[in-house]
Amino acid sequence: MYDTIIIGAGPAGMTAAIYASRREMKTLIVGREIGGQVVWASEIENYPGFKSINNFDLIGKMQEQVQSLGVEIKNDEVKKIEKTAEGRFAVYTSKDKYETKTIIIAMGLAPRRLAIPGETELSGKGVSYCANCDGPLFRNKTVAVVGGGNAALDAAEILSKIAAKVLLVHRSQEFKAFETVVDEVKARPNVEIFLNSEIKEIVGREKVEKIKIKNSQTDEIREEAVDGVFIEIGRIASTDLVADLVERDARNQILVDEKCQTNAEGIFAAGDVTQVEFKQITIACGQATIAALAAYQYLQLKQGKAAKMVLDRSVNHSAPRV
Amino acid sequence: MRFTEENFQQEVENSKGVVLVDFFAEWCGPCKMMGPVIEDLERDNKTKENLKIGKLNVDESRSVAEKYKIMGIPTTILFKDGKPVGQTVGYQTKEQLQELINQHL
Repeated sequence: MYDTIIIGAGPAGMTAAIYASRREMKTLIVGREIGGQVVWASEIENYPGFKSINNFDLIGKMQEQVQSLGVEIKNDEVKKIEKTAEGRFAVYTSKDKYETKTIIIAMGLAPRRLAIPGETELSGKGVSYCANCDGPLFRNKTVAVVGGGNAALDAAEILSKIAAKVLLVHRSQEFKAFETVVDEVKARPNVEIFLNSEIKEIVGREKVEKIKIKNSQTDEIREEAVDGVFIEIGRIASTDLVADLVERDARNQILVDEKCQTNAEGIFAAGDVTQVEFKQITIACGQATIAALAAYQYLQLKQGKAAKMVLDRSVNHSAPRV
Repeated sequence: MRFTEENFQQEVENSKGVVLVDFFAEWCGPCKMMGPVIEDLERDNKTKENLKIGKLNVDESRSVAEKYKIMGIPTTILFKDGKPVGQTVGYQTKEQLQELINQHL
């Protein structure tokens, strides 16, 4: 029986584990991908203590710290969560079952999909959600980038240096990205911009061969031959796992209060998966701190103990006992 | 083990039994996270005689990556008697890859 199981192994999950284990809670992390969305970043320049740190170095340091505290990280996907007797939970992966008194959800966000024909079938066969990862495989080819925010414009910029030609497809008239990036992309001779346009279908047998682009103002549909499609239309909370357990907003983000509690007793959430407006590593860590301490407090209260002093030892070690 | 353009035919395509190849590149984040997973798998399956597990750098062995139309990494392809019988794209956990291997062993 665990005191807490943390779902997600990104910065929020790691931070929650550090705080929980320092309160001597029996803690387990189950995470689909160690590092979470940080894996998709490159250099990180807004994490205090490091002027600039490589994403893997940061993940490695967090992982090392968590493991040195004796917390096990299971690299696996949670498939099901069940409420059991007395407000306890059973957490299932494809093979294992774990029991816990509390849950901290820190699953982060996943790339949003277009949900058009051909997208799933050709995923990994030209359809990609990571220009940094797959871009170099498209040297001297023609690729499309979908989206109008910073991620899409950044992808177009990276790809314009690798691919022979880049088609940038955006559904509205104006880009949402920073002006400097937009100007840079517009200045590239090998980028063709399709505004007010949406990709309706990705066509190909063994690999991506062409796309059908519909202009929403003229209703005209154009076919363009491409080798790859990079989808950069934002990230979404993928929280169907807990749909029956906790309250979510219209974007499937988990609703938490100021103590990172969900509406379900014993279930807490932290980081990008919550309704927090700014999706930042430092915020995820901060929320995870709250979630872990609140989970501790919850367990203390359940045991009938006073839980006024929920202080971490890092700030409490020299304080006089009252 | 390490697969390359030079040894791919001998070690994979002309090989009897099951071979799992992880196509990766140094510049790819999720590939880096897969590295230890592949090494763990190699260790776990060390005693199985008709099974090989290893990595192929798509930058160094471009012709192999092109032949198998690798367009997203990390990709793993499971070969049986030299023919691809299974494929995954994106980060996979050890359990997922072990299951793929077990299906064909």
